[in-house]
Amino acid sequence: MTSTKATALIFVIFVVFVRAQSPAYKVPRTPDGQPDLQGFWSNATYTPLERPDNVTKEFYTPAEAVAAEKAAAARESAETEPGTVADVHYDFTQFGLDRSQATLARTLRTSLIVDPKNGKLPPISEEGKRVLAARAEAAKRLGGRWDSAQSNQLDDRCIIMAGPGPPMMDAAYNSNYQIVQAPGYVMILTEMIHDVRIIPLDGRPQPPSNVRQWMGISRGRWEGDTLVVETTNFNGKNPLRGSTENMKVIERLRRVADDTIEYNFTVDDKSMWVQPWSAEAVMRKTNGPLFEHACHEGNYGLYNTLVGARREEQQKAADGAATKDSK
Amino acid sequence: MRNRFLTRMTVAGIVTCVAAAVTLVTAQTPGYRAPRAPDGKPNLNGIWQAINTASYDIEAHSAAPSPVLELGAAGAVPAGLGVVDGGTLPYTPEALKKRNENRANRLKLDPEVKCYLPGVPRATYMPYPFQIIQSQKHVMLVHEYAGAVRTIYMADQTEAPADSWMGWSNGKWEGESLVVDTKGFNDLSWFDRSGNFHSDALHVVERFTPRSADTLNYEVTVEDSKVFTRPWKMSMPLYRRVEANAQILEFRCVEFVEDLLYGHLRKQPSQ
Repeated sequence: MTSTKATALIFVIFVVFVRAQSPAYKVPRTPDGQPDLQGFWSNATYTPLERPDNVTKEFYTPAEAVAAEKAAAARESAETEPGTVADVHYDFTQFGLDRSQATLARTLRTSLIVDPKNGKLPPISEEGKRVLAARAEAAKRLGGRWDSAQSNQLDDRCIIMAGPGPPMMDAAYNSNYQIVQAPGYVMILTEMIHDVRIIPLDGRPQPPSNVRQWMGISRGRWEGDTLVVETTNFNGKNPLRGSTENMKVIERLRRVADDTIEYNFTVDDKSMWVQPWSAEAVMRKTNGPLFEHACHEGNYGLYNTLVGARREEQQKAADGAATKDSK
Repeated sequence: MRNRFLTRMTVAGIVTCVAAAVTLVTAQTPGYRAPRAPDGKPNLNGIWQAINTASYDIEAHSAAPSPVLELGAAGAVPAGLGVVDGGTLPYTPEALKKRNENRANRLKLDPEVKCYLPGVPRATYMPYPFQIIQSQKHVMLVHEYAGAVRTIYMADQTEAPADSWMGWSNGKWEGESLVVDTKGFNDLSWFDRSGNFHSDALHVVERFTPRSADTLNYEVTVEDSKVFTRPWKMSMPLYRRVEANAQILEFRCVEFVEDLLYGHLRKQPSQ
């Protein structure tokens, strides 16, 4: 990057950051009077959830933010180049899937986590240690990654990805969302696997605890211009950094500029961590539309890797028999 | 005199019948004006569901046994009078042959069995609710089955950028009706569990028209010159899920079909 470009980018980041804090912004309203969050948004970010070990401050300077982003983009590009990592099957950069080609939801933060103050997840609770041990046992019983569909990763199985959460997180690629509001509801469509959150705003009670969902069950309300969403009833099968079915997520969405939603969330799960933790992120306006992400319907990858694994085993067995025969 | 009186009665009867028929055919309850959304458009917001047997077969059909022995009566097919205008789909001879092959191999070929996206209009009358979230630029149809979702563009309308399962929908208001024009389909979805199918030339025009506080008329015109000899129509009412706690829940069926689709590729203990 030339120094002129770098200066320009620093300026852009500075402007974006400063504007995001402007108190003068008046949030537009929907016809029924809700603060209007509608449109297409991206939460693609190079900012890690946890603060890197070698960083001790909460915010980068604009120049440091540019440098950190540049380094992260270079790492991402290197990691997704075929041949550099064992399981890279196509070049993300070539297909426009790397973050540097997305609308980046930039901030100057060094980590999304703001509480605990060190920007790291809190210590694992005693119960959390037991949960992790039990999970490791269960994973062992499932066998190796290529032993069955079920022993593979959730994203490779097209069941759920990182985007929809809650909390909604950078999904590595296609971190795009569409928000549509109607009286009494906010709907958030996640591009990845077309996952939809329909959040009722009418104060209805949470369903019984025996109804469990991958994305939990969300209830929302407006506190001034802030949409507050509480989610419980998770099935715990898609852990967020270890979370369990007892997780409670509180999200706060507030539009602070035409192109920016402040997105803060708190995760409370005593079954994993000794204390709740909170993060601050942003969603940045991006160009629509979202495309249909028919993941499962086109999942040749899972099928082919399982076929490949079984063929490899047959081949090894045949080779072994041949070696025995020749002795 | 008596004869003339009878004639008058008959004429009156015929007029009444014709009026009733017109009411049925136009499907829009005359004079019904839907409550308005905050922007003044008819308010279609809500959770809706079809109550009929179109998901089994959009044509008229008798009751039939379950295709899966173990499910017994629980998996059997309830009879239905069909939802297709004129009763029978106007297939070309080759397409009819393919429909019958589809039907005979339903368990192997029906995309629903594999938890694939349902396509349109099938999504609307599957035995799952869907929610309409109606805004000015976008009207969302969010289906419980497989989390299928459609964005209906009321503004910024474009041609389909690529073929897809749920197609590319542009909408407009015509009086009390939401009229949705959808193209850009792939040729992989079906109309029902009986093998009725379409090609990638499918063009669907749907009309959602309120007929009372808690019912909509759903009318569909289907055009597909590669499969049918002429356009055809289907229609049915949709019913509001009026439970106070009604909500779209997750039916994330991918994990339910993994053993069906990939079970034969599981590593055997002996290996």
